[in-house]
Amino acid sequence: MAILVTPQTRVLIQGITGSFGARHTQLSLEYGSKIVAGVTPGKGGQLFEGIVPIFDTVAEAVRETGATASAIFVPPPFAADAILEGVDAGLDLVVCITEGIPVNDMVKVKAAMQGSKTRLIGPNCPGLVTPGGGKESHGGCRIGISPGYIHRQGNVGVVSRSGTLTYEAVWQLTTRGLGQSTCVGIGGDPVNGTSHLDVIKMFNDDPETEAIIMIGEIGGTAEEEAAAWIKENCKKPVAGFIAGATAPPGRRMGHAGAIVSGGKGTAAAKIAAFREAGIAVADTPSVMADTLIKHIQALKG
Amino acid sequence: MNIHEYQARELFEKFGVAAPRGKVATTSGEAEAVARELHTDKIVVKAQIHAGGRGKGTFTNGFKGGVHVCSTPEEAREVASKMLGQTLVTHQTGPAGRLVNQVFVVEGAEIAKELYIAILLDRATSRPVVIASTEGGMDIEAVAARTPEKIFRESVHPLLGLQAYQTRKLAKALGLTGKQASAGAKLIAALYKTFISCDCSLVEVNPLVVTKAGEVQALDAKFNFDDNALYRQPEIVAMRDTAEEDPREVEASKFGLNYIGLDGNIACLVNGAGLAMATMDIIQYYGGNPANFLDVGGGATKEQVAAAFKIILADPKVKGILVNIFGGIMQCDIIAEGILAAVQETHLSIPLVVRLEGSNVELGKKIIRESGLAVISADSLADGAEKVVAAIKAA
Repeated sequence: MAILVTPQTRVLIQGITGSFGARHTQLSLEYGSKIVAGVTPGKGGQLFEGIVPIFDTVAEAVRETGATASAIFVPPPFAADAILEGVDAGLDLVVCITEGIPVNDMVKVKAAMQGSKTRLIGPNCPGLVTPGGGKESHGGCRIGISPGYIHRQGNVGVVSRSGTLTYEAVWQLTTRGLGQSTCVGIGGDPVNGTSHLDVIKMFNDDPETEAIIMIGEIGGTAEEEAAAWIKENCKKPVAGFIAGATAPPGRRMGHAGAIVSGGKGTAAAKIAAFREAGIAVADTPSVMADTLIKHIQALKG
Repeated sequence: MNIHEYQARELFEKFGVAAPRGKVATTSGEAEAVARELHTDKIVVKAQIHAGGRGKGTFTNGFKGGVHVCSTPEEAREVASKMLGQTLVTHQTGPAGRLVNQVFVVEGAEIAKELYIAILLDRATSRPVVIASTEGGMDIEAVAARTPEKIFRESVHPLLGLQAYQTRKLAKALGLTGKQASAGAKLIAALYKTFISCDCSLVEVNPLVVTKAGEVQALDAKFNFDDNALYRQPEIVAMRDTAEEDPREVEASKFGLNYIGLDGNIACLVNGAGLAMATMDIIQYYGGNPANFLDVGGGATKEQVAAAFKIILADPKVKGILVNIFGGIMQCDIIAEGILAAVQETHLSIPLVVRLEGSNVELGKKIIRESGLAVISADSLADGAEKVVAAIKAA
């Protein structure tokens, strides 16, 4: 079953004709995802790679193709508008890959989205993958920019703020024979649509997900909130890693949300919260999968 | 991005936030002229650096204090001459201190009360929040720890903005009454307008004062700006003082690279901020000391990669390099070509460990292999970290 997307999910790409969007649409098509439409205002009527119809608006694309999810590859000055357009068109899921959206734009988008049925993931995220059963997990749903080949169909749910650190965890799992149900990158921005906890609740309810890896980093308190909930409610084994133990305070470490301010949001506090919640903590990013495996065995034994 | 106090003052002027009169000076002569214009016998001369703790700091020439109260323009000139061109060391600058190129000359306020007001993003609610306290002029974190009931928070609806009734609530929380309450409310409204118009991540006024004459003024201001919004804030960008920034970081920003300089001897070059942080962490785990954070990002070109390399190598402390790439957007062959270009151009002589995974990994590894360069290959992140720490010890 997986969460959020299945191999059958019909996806449209906002920003399909830009070089960034085009490349990753191509890769998603190769992976076997159902990319059914693209949206670039002014290019409606054209075909992407001779197969995917392009529309001027998201509403039109949804009407004509039945797409229920969108990936946004639109540059920062226009990305908030693109998100709102997706919400307005009644999509179930909007995944915003764009890095660099002004925080105040996202603050407004989030306020405007309250009460809508659309789930936003991101921005500044790698997207999500529900691996397929084919060679190198082909046939699955890939929304975003993750390399497809690292995935494998299976039962571990992965949720993370970081893109490339997610790939590390996923590759470690795959090479140890442990596949993934769905891998969700929630992104590195301080204001985003979906939190660790939102995804963990979905994993907890998903019959196909049997264990969870949670990757966090300095800044904010999302990991602590998730840990507190996990302690009381999560039925499945969870392992985690927190990046940024060596980050100097007060500096924005690449991700807009990765900053320790006023003593809050430290790696140490998050690691302590994980331990308190019974989440197995990986000491280094190299042992995320091994930490989960040991934790699962320890719980069985 | 940070700005100086005098620039904050200019923003206050622009948006109608009441503050004492003052101007920046770059020479002691200018300082005297500004002081003269103020027509007051209480003139404050403040060293301009992007760090706090100036009042208690010491200059390397022995002069004590980065903030001085003077009674005449001549005295202001004298004080300015001891500050300008000198290095001020405070508990926030680190032992190297900061060079003072400007001073802010401002009329001294006769302070009756010191309050605190700040506006920032509350990550828990994803809304701006106005924080007010009667305990101004001190470390607000200490106030929050000791007497949390003295911190008043008012959340702002992002689409409605700060409402007038909210500014009145805040003025009341600050203990203001009568004319001062309406002046305070007006100042807070103007401060919020500044926060939004300039795409700030923080505006902090500490202290917000009530003067003996009954005026409500912002005596000091600290601004942080949302780096993501700078593309639409050209006036703010014009205020950037690169002399206050780490030169390595200034150079990196010219190439659009995300670089933060640290103190160690193992440099890293990584794609993705989370992985870059984790790479620093794992270097330390294996006994090394990271020299920097560097996220080349996914869209980096061969030229940017080469530039990143050169910036790393310009740091004399660096004794070894770990390149850790897990290509998603980034392709391993682009990184490989960038590395080759950089190694050749810089005549690299220190150990270089490269770990590649992800998009086009086989091509990337092939390019490195066939180059004949002395590059140590690593299979995993742990392998890479262990190898670079060992290589430095062996060298």
